Amino acid sequence: MHSKGLTRRILAVTAASATVVLALGACASGGTSGGDAATARGPITIWYSNNSSEIAWGKQMVTAWNADHPDEKVKAQEIPAGKSSEEVIGAAITAGNAPCLIYNTAPVAVPQFEKQGGLVDLSSFKDGASYIEDRTGENATQYQNADGKYFQMPWKSNPVMIFYNKDIFTKAGLDAENPSLASYDEFLATARTLVSSGAVKNAIFPSPTSEFYQSWFDFYPLYAAESGGTQLVEDGKATFDDADGVKVAEFWKTLYTEGLSSKEKYSSDAFADGVSAMSIVGPWAIPVYKDKVNWAAVPVPTSAGTTADKTFTFSDAKNVGMYTACKNQATAWDVLKFSTSKAQDGQLLELTGQMPMRANLPTEYPDYFAANPAYLQFGDQASRTVEVPSVSNSVEVWQDFRNAYSKSVIFGEGDVKTSLAGAAEKINQLVGTK
Amino acid sequence: MTTTATANPPAGRSTRSPGGRAPRRRRQFLGKNPIGLLLSAPYLIFVIAVFAYPLVFAVYMAFHDYFFAAPGAQVDRPFVGLANFQEVFSDPAVIRSFGNVGIFLLINVPLTVVLSLVLATALNKAVRARTFLRVAYYVPYVTASVAVVGVWLFLFSGSGLVNQLLGPLAPKPSWLISPTWAMPTIALFVTWKQLGFYILLYLAALQSVSKELYEAASTDGAGAVRSFFSVTIPGVRPATVLVLLLSTVTGANLFTEPYLLTGGGGPNGASTSPVLLMYQKGIEQGHPGTASAIGIALVIGVLIIAFVQRKLAGGDES
Repeated sequence: MHSKGLTRRILAVTAASATVVLALGACASGGTSGGDAATARGPITIWYSNNSSEIAWGKQMVTAWNADHPDEKVKAQEIPAGKSSEEVIGAAITAGNAPCLIYNTAPVAVPQFEKQGGLVDLSSFKDGASYIEDRTGENATQYQNADGKYFQMPWKSNPVMIFYNKDIFTKAGLDAENPSLASYDEFLATARTLVSSGAVKNAIFPSPTSEFYQSWFDFYPLYAAESGGTQLVEDGKATFDDADGVKVAEFWKTLYTEGLSSKEKYSSDAFADGVSAMSIVGPWAIPVYKDKVNWAAVPVPTSAGTTADKTFTFSDAKNVGMYTACKNQATAWDVLKFSTSKAQDGQLLELTGQMPMRANLPTEYPDYFAANPAYLQFGDQASRTVEVPSVSNSVEVWQDFRNAYSKSVIFGEGDVKTSLAGAAEKINQLVGTK
Repeated sequence: MTTTATANPPAGRSTRSPGGRAPRRRRQFLGKNPIGLLLSAPYLIFVIAVFAYPLVFAVYMAFHDYFFAAPGAQVDRPFVGLANFQEVFSDPAVIRSFGNVGIFLLINVPLTVVLSLVLATALNKAVRARTFLRVAYYVPYVTASVAVVGVWLFLFSGSGLVNQLLGPLAPKPSWLISPTWAMPTIALFVTWKQLGFYILLYLAALQSVSKELYEAASTDGAGAVRSFFSVTIPGVRPATVLVLLLSTVTGANLFTEPYLLTGGGGPNGASTSPVLLMYQKGIEQGHPGTASAIGIALVIGVLIIAFVQRKLAGGDES
């Protein structure tokens, strides 16, 4: 009798509590965007990255817009903190509280955000596709989905190149002004000299860890260069299990096998700390290394030593996405165009040193590149960049590739060719699955 | 003339006694002290919102081709039966991750129980620097893993302090990139980090072991070691069951250490844990259905281990 009473009481409280929880849940999942959001105008919210230079750019852009649009004010804030921006954005999409525009949308996450129903098709705006293609040029097609639609605005790239420490090169008795780094043979010979001379512990130190994105800073730039601008997946098929892919993988395997690169992770910046003589990074790093390293940069190597003007690399781009939770999408589209106008792109270049994704960048901003010659080669390189493929299951594709690469190249288990072929087979299945 | 007092109640008043049917039913349903229910409701709401609802929802996701979508988005999330479980258990990476966490638990749980009990007993008897020692053991537990991982990277890297001390005996490849040593190193790290908490549990339990029992054992000629085995260990059995359960549950949820210490479960997945895979599949790759299937399998596995532990170590405690 006593236990029956207790059970009843527990049931009563559970039922009451469940009601409260479900009611809260119902509140949280409400708020769908209205059907006429596409043509609505009014105040909007945007998020941008949390690094100081992009905050400075974002603030001046918002101030300039708000000064002329008192009825369509933009409210801006940094992306909320999280393990990664992609996780925060994914959660915001699910919760229905994503802002109108996010100026830090990673291309690799776009297929997933699109599947979630979180992104607005920018091609649905009357001048959507034409604006993107006019601004970005040929590279724009890399940002289309499989149906040829744009769910992202190509915004800025950080074409990665080989940064090298001139002081360490000099210490190793190498020519720091004209380093021999163009071909794989030259690169390996230079790496061997750097380490054997005792000038440095590691010739180059790409992160050897297993995160899906790490291949963007070891295999992928070199594969882009070796293949003359081929993406990891093209026309729904993996491309990297070809002769070019094997050459690149074998090149990296040699560096690991000979102890010229470390298999162990380094908890800080190995290049800035002088633990490695070279690094693969984009122009965002110029202000970071400015007072720490006496650096210079060269294009990534190829087996044949391709000249700089024909070398491709990974773009490391960040784009702008418009999110379906936005209630004033017409205003958001206008803000998007304003913030990617020639004047604002110039501000972006000036304040961040990152490359706006515009065709013919060096000729569009000759004054900037004349005043900042260190950035010129990145401006030139920006026209020859390869993006991550815009395919379904994009993150899983990269994780599978990383697992295979890590096993056969970094830790030297098994044959590289077989490993790449196995990864290609898995990836072919993934990109064919919705 | 006399007047007679009437026994009739005044008009309008209830004819029911205070213990009428409605209050009785209310009392039956809400108990003698309904305010107690009110006071316990916040915690119950917390348990339902944070544990029960997500668990039920995870079971739902595990049987559907589920993915997170924007409110109002027209998405298809069909029932897929056991397909997610089939996918999970045909994936060698998942099987390996369960094997990895098994190795972890085999090292971490016994080590935690033995070390924390021995150290707590020693601390209980320590006269000098008792507070300092207690704080020293507790500090790693309250320090953020991110900060402590940096120290362990320094200790266990190829050119780290441990390898320098070991000289030619240092393993090759080094601890954190060795398929053999990566998981034991993580288990050692977690044991060290959590030890302070379990020492506190045992210290509390030791206070309830009667001194008379030690005196009796001493009278019977038992030395310190004999007393430890015959008095201390049986005396703290409830705490041992708790330590076993807690270290198993927290160990099975291993995530931060392989994420940070071995760079995402390396080398070659030798330190990948089921929860790390759940994070990759559910959050990064957008397959919460598959991640939930791993989670459900993990919950069932932990419940089985906990049941066995309770049977073996619980004795008559209930």
